[in-house]
Amino acid sequence: MTATGTRYLARVCLWGLLLSLAVVVVYPLLWMVLNGFKTNAELFANPFALPHQWGLGNFAAAWDRGVSSYLATSVFVTIVSTLSTALLSAWAAYGLTRLRVPLEGPLTAVVLAGLMLAPTVALIPLVQLFQRLGLYNSVWALVILYTAFRIPFTTFLIRAYMVEIPREIDEAASIDGAGPGYTFWRIVLPLCKPIMASVVILHVLFAWNEYLFAMIFTSGAGTQTLPVGLTNLMARHGTDYPVVFAGMAIAALPMVLLFFGGQRWFIRGLADGVGK
Amino acid sequence: MAHDTSSRAPAGRAPVGRPPLPTAARARTGTARRALGLVWVLPALVVLAVFVYLPLVQNLGFSFLRWDIFSGTFSFAGGDNYRKMAGDPVFWRSLRNNIAYAVVSVVVQVFGALLLAALVESLRSDRWRRALRAVYFIPSAISITVAGLLFYFLYEPNLGLLNAALGGLGLDGLEHAWLGDSGTAVYAVIAMSQWQGFGYSTLLFALAIQRIPPEIMEAAALDGVGPVRRFLQITAPLVGEMTSLMVIVTISGAFQVFNEVMVMTSGGPDNSSQVLGTWLYQSGFVQNDFGYAAAIAVVVFFVTFLVALAQLALGRRRRVEW
Repeated sequence: MTATGTRYLARVCLWGLLLSLAVVVVYPLLWMVLNGFKTNAELFANPFALPHQWGLGNFAAAWDRGVSSYLATSVFVTIVSTLSTALLSAWAAYGLTRLRVPLEGPLTAVVLAGLMLAPTVALIPLVQLFQRLGLYNSVWALVILYTAFRIPFTTFLIRAYMVEIPREIDEAASIDGAGPGYTFWRIVLPLCKPIMASVVILHVLFAWNEYLFAMIFTSGAGTQTLPVGLTNLMARHGTDYPVVFAGMAIAALPMVLLFFGGQRWFIRGLADGVGK
Repeated sequence: MAHDTSSRAPAGRAPVGRPPLPTAARARTGTARRALGLVWVLPALVVLAVFVYLPLVQNLGFSFLRWDIFSGTFSFAGGDNYRKMAGDPVFWRSLRNNIAYAVVSVVVQVFGALLLAALVESLRSDRWRRALRAVYFIPSAISITVAGLLFYFLYEPNLGLLNAALGGLGLDGLEHAWLGDSGTAVYAVIAMSQWQGFGYSTLLFALAIQRIPPEIMEAAALDGVGPVRRFLQITAPLVGEMTSLMVIVTISGAFQVFNEVMVMTSGGPDNSSQVLGTWLYQSGFVQNDFGYAAAIAVVVFFVTFLVALAQLALGRRRRVEW
């Protein structure tokens, strides 16, 4: 075979591989959404046909059978834990990078060492602690746990960014009479907007999808997030598959949209954060 | 990692060239500032201490107890939990499954993803590169619960895509209740994890590859170095730091697996797909043996701790080159 022929063949193989991988990713997701439009009979008769009608009945049914409540809980836990994680981490990063803190090195190590810990390792004492605090089976348990376990990673990202902002800015502000509070809120935090955007998106993705804590620390209605709620939907309406598919699509859609909308910040955060 | 400082140059207001404060005044503000600095770090430290570090230490203590959480009774068990573990076939099965998870994930999500990223980045069209990276990433954006349920259906014998695809290819003989067979369940779960995770690491490798100066590749191509040798001798070594980091992150993740196993098989059938995370859950929350569950957690801690130490050692060695 000629050199150009070989090269042509290589290109065809390359595109064949890349596009078939794309199909392997997209087809199951498409199948999930399409099944959300089918009736149970249709699904079992031919799982791969297109739905006969494009009604939203299954989506409405999923909504009524608990998805609206799971969604509301997920939104609440995600928003509150994102705010608390971002704020506590930004404060800590500010203290560790821009102010002179006693024992700065060891304190930084203590904050960042949390990156290495698996949540399972603290699980059993945490159950006992939250039962004592009276927060077991409440959304606050999730808010606190998501905050605590994500502070190391979030502080790590913000800290790496803050270190590179010139110190002269703070010194100039302090000579002008600004205290650390003013400098943080009005000068340093606004300069950190890009990393804060990354941090927020990464935390939202984490909190929306987290399962281990959500499963163990909540059980009643009104405290369950979408990941746990979906497994309930499956358990309770397991024979009505199209409704489960509709619920899955409802849970997946916001994060897919967030990813495409915030791709720039998202990728930046990932790129900076993989060093964890 | 390098940051572009240009994009966040200080606002033009910062006055430059003020005379410095007298030394005495500076020392005084210095002490006040030091104390104040602690106040900023304190909230994060308290949250970490109470909800991460304290439970971690307690867990170690719990692993030496015989403890019924529902009746609230406990007694000192010495090393009983660890002795029980040594003789517990499900514990060893779980550990083996975690190791299988780590091996497959490293092959697919580190080396496979590196190769895939190099292939994607070799495309000339910027639009296609971006589109493919984004498409491969989508499964990582949806929750592992959704992905797990989706694959539960895909593996389903009557409804599922996998058997239908095999049938369509004339491979009816391979059709199977993938999650219902103790010989295949854990591998079916591992396969789903690869589907969910490969786009994430491909994206990261693609970003690392983009940082390689294009002149190097161009020069090599001009010298007649073929694509295979360019990958092996230029791309792979130059993203070596990313590769070793990803190996470690992936191994550490493989020992923390919980969600997908829980959603798809709950560790069954016959404990064949149990991993340390689910066996810990099962022992504590289902069998009410919290001391034993704590002992399993100690094992998870030590494995992830050793992996983290390896990361620190690697990080120190690499830092010098950058």
